Amino acid sequence: MHTSLAWIDYLIMVIYFAFVLGIGFALKRFMKTSTDFFLSGRSIPAWVAGLAFISANLGAQEVIGMAASGAKYGISTAHFYWLGAIPAMAFVGLFMMPFYYGSRARSVPEYLRLRFDEKTRGLNAISFAAMTVFSSGASMYVMAKLIVTLGIFDPVVEAMGMPPSYVFHLSILVSALITLGYVYLGGLTSAIYNEVLQFFLIVAGFFPLVWLGMRNVGGWEGLIAKCPPGFGHAWKGMTNPETNPLGVEVIGLAMGLGFVLSFGYWCTDFLVVQRAMAADSMTSARRTPLIAAVPKMIFPFLVILPGLIAVALPTPTAADAPEAGSQVVSEAETMGRGLIPAKVKADGSVELDSAGKPVLDYDLAIPRLLIHYFPTGLLGLGLTALLASFMSGMAGNITAFNTVWTFDIYQAYLQKPIQKVIPFQATDKHYLWMGHFATLAGTVVSVAAAYVAAQFNNIMELLQLVFAFVNAPLLATFLLGMFWKRATANGAFYGLLSGILAATAHHALTLPMGSASGVKGAWIANLHEYRSEMAQNFWTAIWAFGVCFVVSIVVSFLTRPRPDDELRGLVYSLTKHDVEHGLPWYRKPETLGVVVVLMSIALNIIFR
Amino acid sequence: MNLDIRVPIGMLFLSLGGLLAGFGAVTHFTNPALYARSLGVNVNLWWGLVMIAFGAAMYYYGRRAVAAQADPSESTSTSTSLEA
Repeated sequence: MHTSLAWIDYLIMVIYFAFVLGIGFALKRFMKTSTDFFLSGRSIPAWVAGLAFISANLGAQEVIGMAASGAKYGISTAHFYWLGAIPAMAFVGLFMMPFYYGSRARSVPEYLRLRFDEKTRGLNAISFAAMTVFSSGASMYVMAKLIVTLGIFDPVVEAMGMPPSYVFHLSILVSALITLGYVYLGGLTSAIYNEVLQFFLIVAGFFPLVWLGMRNVGGWEGLIAKCPPGFGHAWKGMTNPETNPLGVEVIGLAMGLGFVLSFGYWCTDFLVVQRAMAADSMTSARRTPLIAAVPKMIFPFLVILPGLIAVALPTPTAADAPEAGSQVVSEAETMGRGLIPAKVKADGSVELDSAGKPVLDYDLAIPRLLIHYFPTGLLGLGLTALLASFMSGMAGNITAFNTVWTFDIYQAYLQKPIQKVIPFQATDKHYLWMGHFATLAGTVVSVAAAYVAAQFNNIMELLQLVFAFVNAPLLATFLLGMFWKRATANGAFYGLLSGILAATAHHALTLPMGSASGVKGAWIANLHEYRSEMAQNFWTAIWAFGVCFVVSIVVSFLTRPRPDDELRGLVYSLTKHDVEHGLPWYRKPETLGVVVVLMSIALNIIFR
Repeated sequence: MNLDIRVPIGMLFLSLGGLLAGFGAVTHFTNPALYARSLGVNVNLWWGLVMIAFGAAMYYYGRRAVAAQADPSESTSTSTSLEA
């Protein structure tokens, strides 16, 4: 499915790259202290931080993955937004931001040290740092693979006289250098500013796509009529895992996705929380996730609908070959569903599952649709939007990594031993230098991770699994830490460990239907089969959360609590609340929070 | 910080929108077959114009904010230099 791009398409990409790097250069002169570099000098207005908050999450996995999921499951995919993200974003803004921002912690792990102790922070910091570089590597790999499939850089590589296999290397190199360039120059501010730019570009690139697609299939009614049954409803058949496309029942969905996974991500992941911590005031920090929630609510229409449209369109047949710009229709395309082609094996034949049906390559939903509808010109914009989404996700990981590395790993554990050997003064300049170094090193490790992903796909899958286990119980630790002053350091640490163990055990003992035991689960024994992988994930999270919650409480009661005086500003009951007493009611974050949640409920009802 | 993000966003959208609208206007006469895939709609022209409008608004408000910030800060900077 190689596309032929014209000069104008490349020009659009080049202009975008120039702006992205230009912002980095323009911000360079403001990067004087470590606070400027890591925290944007706590000077970002709420709307900018808010758009960066969702844009940092809008990486490759999000854009490509949500469309793929839309093509696979239909509008139920919107649960990730309307049931998952929105309530969690309202919660972090209203109830948790006062402690993140108010405690003056520079990172999420640092909050854990202030509230609990060093070992809880160490566990969180090290696993988080490893996770960020690996996910930015995985993101880079997905992008490079897509560029290879679409043939975007083929003419460039050809013009430079390099063999076609270099397209992959060139894609990795270019994306790494540009992201490194603008983060290195302008730190977190540059990442945030570019995320806002990328946000608008993604909307500009995808809106006409959805508009053309919807016009083509005959609006919502026409779309649903052409989609498989059940694709138009988010809640229908949710009482039983066998009667809905997700294979989940309502308790697993609400508890697993709606509560543990979504709150766990949006409330504790430093990648997004960092954006709010950079806000210019407490009120702005609290508004950040709430402002972000508004576009987030509308995003399903931009990223999930393309998946449905791709399935609703007629599958190309061999007879279509002569028209549509003389592109030959391949076997993989005719065996696909709608615009989604079947997966092709290395030898060129179509991949079949155990039932003999072709395995569909859902990840190609958005790219295929872009090529289907966009003429030269707009196609350049659409592909640039896709690249922008990859880069914003990558930069988000890199900025989160350099901060956690500098403050929670280097300053906490490495600096003193090094100073014993080579005495030096740890000035602010030193940390600024370390931030630059960590940005560079993080990018290099990401590139290495991208190549590891290309070589051994299973290793990446395994690593993602490990990170999922480590993250699953975190929400319980934060909730107890922020809202229960009796929670102790040992309670938190051993709760966290048992939660991780519980997640691992649950995965080792259950299996999604139709999978072989191994990396998918049941590597000790198969005690229970879930209807889908999603159901298994949700219940792994529920178990991890539950065990961490209970163990933390039990151990806390057995250990000595910290005196109240030490916990002021860190725990709900010991912190002064009424921060915004000067604001009229309609400008208070609480009002916005209620509005956002009501809008989300309305969307759930409309698409029930 | 005196770099208002709306200014570069405005500039990017003005240049990309201008490019698309210009290309759309030319191809409208030279190569109308280009728009068969986009259901006969000249999306380059129309979406280019929308992007120009958005870019112009962003640029205008960004510049206005920078100007509003610069004016009072000029007077305060002279007063601080007097104090020094």
